[in-house]
Amino acid sequence: MAKIIIDQERCKGCELCIPACPKHIIIMSENFNKKGYYPAEQINPEECTGCAFCALTCPDVAIEVYK
Amino acid sequence: MKKVFGRPESLTETPFTYCPGCHHGIAHRLVAEVLDEFGVRENTIGVCPVGCSVFAYLFFNCDMICAAHGRAPAIATGIKRSKPDSIVFTYQGDGDLASIGTAEIVHAANRGENITVIFINNAIYGMTGGQMAPTTLVGQVTQTSPYGRDPKTMGYPIKMAEMLSTLKSATYISRVALNKPSNIIKAKKSIKKAFQIQLEGKGFSMVEILSTCPTNWGLSPIEASKWLEENMIPYYPLGEFRTPEEVA
Amino acid sequence: MAEKILMKGNEAIGEAAICAGCRYYFGYPITPQSELIAYMAKKLLKMKDASFVQAESELAAINMVYGAASTGVRVMTSSSSPGISLMQEGISYIACSEVPCVVVNMMRGGPGLGDIQPAQGDYFQATKGGGHGDYHLIVLAPSSVQELVDLTMDAFDLADKYRNPAMILGDGLLGQMMEAVEFKERPKVDLPSKESWTLVGCKGRKPHWIVPFNLNPSVLEKMNLVINEKYKKLKEHEVRYESINIENADLIIVAYGTVARIVKTVIQKAKKEGINIGLIRPITLFPFPEKIISKTAERIKKFLVVEMSLGQMIEDVKLAVNGKAEVNFYGRCGGIIPTPIEILKELNKYL
Ligand SMILES: Cc1ncc(C[n+]2csc(CCOP(=O)(O)OP(=O)(O)O)c2C)c(N)n1
Ligand code: SF4
Ligand code: SF4
Ligand code: SF4
Ligand SMILES: [Mg+2]
Repeated sequence: MAKIIIDQERCKGCELCIPACPKHIIIMSENFNKKGYYPAEQINPEECTGCAFCALTCPDVAIEVYK
Repeated sequence: MKKVFGRPESLTETPFTYCPGCHHGIAHRLVAEVLDEFGVRENTIGVCPVGCSVFAYLFFNCDMICAAHGRAPAIATGIKRSKPDSIVFTYQGDGDLASIGTAEIVHAANRGENITVIFINNAIYGMTGGQMAPTTLVGQVTQTSPYGRDPKTMGYPIKMAEMLSTLKSATYISRVALNKPSNIIKAKKSIKKAFQIQLEGKGFSMVEILSTCPTNWGLSPIEASKWLEENMIPYYPLGEFRTPEEVA
Repeated sequence: MAEKILMKGNEAIGEAAICAGCRYYFGYPITPQSELIAYMAKKLLKMKDASFVQAESELAAINMVYGAASTGVRVMTSSSSPGISLMQEGISYIACSEVPCVVVNMMRGGPGLGDIQPAQGDYFQATKGGGHGDYHLIVLAPSSVQELVDLTMDAFDLADKYRNPAMILGDGLLGQMMEAVEFKERPKVDLPSKESWTLVGCKGRKPHWIVPFNLNPSVLEKMNLVINEKYKKLKEHEVRYESINIENADLIIVAYGTVARIVKTVIQKAKKEGINIGLIRPITLFPFPEKIISKTAERIKKFLVVEMSLGQMIEDVKLAVNGKAEVNFYGRCGGIIPTPIEILKELNKYL
């Protein structure tokens, strides 16, 4: 059991977390945030292993990981 | 469930002002995590450079001072000499450290100042809009090398880590990259080692961090990380160039 | 009570700094102040909680000063003209950051590499800012070895009091001169606590920042105005000068430092010839003693400014006189020291 929380307002939509995720469960949202960026969001959360690769890669410290 | 990854205490809540996908943010976080892990945040004084990270004082949750362009190692020297029990680090770009501040970095290293230098090599002048840096690769197009860096008149990119590792008093010198999780994990280990050396009073440590500048490279963040892997790493090999064991 | 000892000017500055509690010195060798850096090395390298670094350049030296000053310690650097030019970037940052420190300039002939003989050609640089931006140093101009001692100690107090860099503006002659000096016990002065701004680690408080910039023009303007308030206070409270015989002199000479010493001889010689000469010797060059000059100019209509330059302080004298009297100039430069006879001959032209 693991989960991530992506802070939609800190996210700058850089997409770096997408190739970082070995489970390919991060995609870009279709709605933009207050700063006008399309933030990342997780799909299929049950597949998340909590490896934190997404969070490690995020330049804006927008991802928290829980396990 | 327990939080296993979050914002380190050594970062303030202020959102970074860096462009989307810029590796400066990753480097900041790694330094902050290391300060947290050693429990030294409240005893740390950071020196920010002139460059995109001139605003680093807003982001590091410790006492901070802003240096003139290139002078951070001299300022760090003054701080460390007058406050030897504090942890002192500089955070510098490649224009800052490898061009205008070459004298300061060489001599801080040569004196074996007990400080840690975080050196962001993004092969460009980010803040001023993408001019050639001393680290710009051969053939790389920038505002001031519009036809590509020509080594005949512009020289070859400077390898600071290798250069400084010829100095006997430089205790720890490494080069890392932030282009993928495995490299980020290695980078963190190296940064930790660098601060460990300072904590043990063993002298000068520097981690050169290969980083992207998607904005001025004209690439998307993902393309930039790939460009770094394919072009920078072959020229700037990763690894440790100087470790305490060698110093004897 | 301290006894009098014979000391060379440059070394006397060093001893005075140490007496004032300065334990940190960063510098780069240059004639004619090398005895000072050597003195600091000899003393500080043997002291506990002290540091001496021979920096790689004056650029590095002033930035080491900036770093050390930001932790709240008393710190000094010294150089001579070309080296001081190299320090201007750092001095501007230090002034903007409002951290106190002491910089000694034992001036030599310029411009360029110039020579190594005494000169006063750095007056503009010292008093008008020197580096970029709107700022001033507190500038003290000693004219004897004893004054080098006293003013060096004062410089540390003034720097701390106003959180502003202070400069001792001497010249090669003063630095090399041997005179008997006394390190007097000084009354304790109340200085503001540095706790609210120093960088010593943020235990139990919010982090401190020392940030010499702001990209928002209205904030930067405010920062400038805050600093400018200090200059107003300096002008109000810290002006110092010596005046001799200014009551009913035929002519007033305005001179500082080494030249003022020579003028004292001129006054004696002139007296024998029946000429009554007065002297106003600014001790603080910034803040400049404009009031006494202005007041004197209401009575005495002839001024002669003598400098070891081609005319720098004269601009401040003229501003102070403001057309109320005639202001003439005599100067030598390039490392030439004007002789009393020369000056006497010169002032005779105006009588
Ligand atoms: C003395 C001085 N010269 C030039 C500049 C202009 N300047 C600001 S940042 C910069 C380049 C910074 O590049 P780098 O150190 O590589 O940092 P980056 O922005 O790439 O992180 C320059 C030339 C300055 N601020 N000060
Ligand atoms: S924690 Fe690992 S598996 Fe989960 S989203 Fe992040 S990268 Fe993917
Ligand atoms: S790496 Fe961070 S900032 Fe970039 S898209 Fe993912 S969550 Fe957003
Ligand atoms: S200009 Fe380049 S180095 Fe600067 S913040 Fe943007 S991406 Fe980063
Ligand atoms: Mg750069």
